[in-house]
Amino acid sequence: MSTEVQIEAKNLTIGYGDYILMKDLNFSINKGDIFIIMGGSGCGKSSLLRVLTGLVQPLKGSVFVDGANFTSASPTAKDKIMQKNGILYQSGALFSSMTLGENIAMPLQLYTKYPTSQIKELVSLKLALVGLAGFEDYYPSEISGGMKKRAGLARALALDPEIVYFDEPSAGLDPVSSKLLDDLILDINHSLGTTIVIVTHELSSIFAVGNNSIFLDGASKSILARGNPNDLLHNPPNDTIFEFLTRGEGKNAQKTE
Amino acid sequence: MRQDFDFNISGKTLTLNISGDFISYDNEELKLRLYSAAEDDKVRQLIVNANQLGQWDSTLAIIIFELKKIALKNQKTFELRNFPQNFERLINLAFSVDRKPVQPDTSSGGFLENVGIWGTKLVAGVHKGFNFIKASGNSFFRSIVGRSFMRGIDLSFALEDCTYKALPIVSLISFMVGLILAFVGAVQLKTFGAQIYVASLVTIGMTRIMGAIMTGIIMAGRTGASYAATIGTMQVNEEVDALKTMGVDPMDFLVSPRMIALIITMPLLTMWSDFMGMLGGGFVGVTMLGIPFQKYWELSIDAISLDNFLVGIFHGLVFGVVIAICGCYYGIFCGRNADSVGSATTKAVVSAIVWMIVMTGIITVCCEVLDI
Repeated sequence: MSTEVQIEAKNLTIGYGDYILMKDLNFSINKGDIFIIMGGSGCGKSSLLRVLTGLVQPLKGSVFVDGANFTSASPTAKDKIMQKNGILYQSGALFSSMTLGENIAMPLQLYTKYPTSQIKELVSLKLALVGLAGFEDYYPSEISGGMKKRAGLARALALDPEIVYFDEPSAGLDPVSSKLLDDLILDINHSLGTTIVIVTHELSSIFAVGNNSIFLDGASKSILARGNPNDLLHNPPNDTIFEFLTRGEGKNAQKTE
Repeated sequence: MRQDFDFNISGKTLTLNISGDFISYDNEELKLRLYSAAEDDKVRQLIVNANQLGQWDSTLAIIIFELKKIALKNQKTFELRNFPQNFERLINLAFSVDRKPVQPDTSSGGFLENVGIWGTKLVAGVHKGFNFIKASGNSFFRSIVGRSFMRGIDLSFALEDCTYKALPIVSLISFMVGLILAFVGAVQLKTFGAQIYVASLVTIGMTRIMGAIMTGIIMAGRTGASYAATIGTMQVNEEVDALKTMGVDPMDFLVSPRMIALIITMPLLTMWSDFMGMLGGGFVGVTMLGIPFQKYWELSIDAISLDNFLVGIFHGLVFGVVIAICGCYYGIFCGRNADSVGSATTKAVVSAIVWMIVMTGIITVCCEVLDI
């Protein structure tokens, strides 16, 4: 794993209007990390992701990607940084009027000069990578939720991004599909060296894939802990983390002792 | 099992004794007296004693829930005795997460403050609207010169939706409007023996304004609503976010093809509407007034003036822009739930119709000044 910083958040304050969700966040994500942003429901994890991906401006502070200030970048510079990113949204966010093949071909058509035949081959490869070989001509409405997520991932990987963001990848998936997606995340990270940022509160995924993390606390509007999730489980810095990582069973166990 | 529900206060302790079945318990008066007694400052301890509690449902749980809330709020001790374990677990579950919802600030300021807030919102709204129109215009011109992300296939689909698919409803409504104009005109003109002028009345009315307005209203309800709903649903499904993070301007991808389609098709539909309106008038002329169709048609053609015709077409063009902007604006700024899609659709149609009327007023005044 590299120690070169790829994404850095400096004094990041996020929220909507007058309502502050998180205050003065400082953290960095190294190249090749599988970085988990965890925390309770409604604490601002997805909002932080929207700021990191440039969809929403922070109330204060900046996000740096490969040393460049992403937050205050010009629209052209921002577009260039965005091309380094692939994002898998909670719902997959596939364009419903296009087939899976067209969805995946879209970023390739926009940002490469590959001939149509090569784009077709790339689409087939990306779909095969996520276990959807042969589904090029299906529409999003014709496939299941788990397949939509995998197709969304294939689209996110279309341009061989340096960073892939996942918003609640396990949400709405059965345990087997969720495990398959976790394996896919690990495979992508190991084979391509892609930096992966995952917003989730799914414990099995957190421990299965994460090698670095931050824990957001809605009450204090700050980062309550940071580090490898497994280390946090074995050496919890405070009760809140321990309770979260043990689904509250640690607390109950202590009570019954 | 006989139901028993009574309470007593002894010293600083309120004891509630319950027994029997509690299904659909609804003695509101007794409940209110109990809560009121529990709130009393002198009472420092609340004990709920269940003796042989039979069947129960949520109507009992809410009483215990309320009592515990009163105890917590006023820092009184609260105790459940002899309750089934599952009941106690249910109550504990209700208090396990003590998260307070964020309260919106509902405090009402003074008159001046409210005027200030209203004014600020109005300015922000106008600014947002102008920015959208500016961005739409820029995207339109980028698309015209082939420097946008607009896909040809999206334009084809938008054109398909605004052309032959819209023709039946535009034809029907325009025919009926022509027919109504002719009928109303005929009744009046007959009294002067001038029913022959019905053809001119219908033709001038349809070509100058009615054709464009009727087409505009139909397309606002049909296509404008569809634009708002489609783009709004894409917003809900995070598809618009996906576009932005791919570096694709939603204005190019979503707004431009729709706007170009309406700019191309609205003048054509307006011409078709004019024709159908004249046919509707002809139907009344032939069947009610006994004017031969050929004669009626000749009179209609004679009544067409280039000025009126072009003014009507220009109205159609402007209405096309208005419908596209209103539909896409409310779609792009739609919230992220199903309800906001409905609301966006309604607002798109209403605002498109209002702005069409406003634009008609402006064009009419301009034509008057320019003597057209």
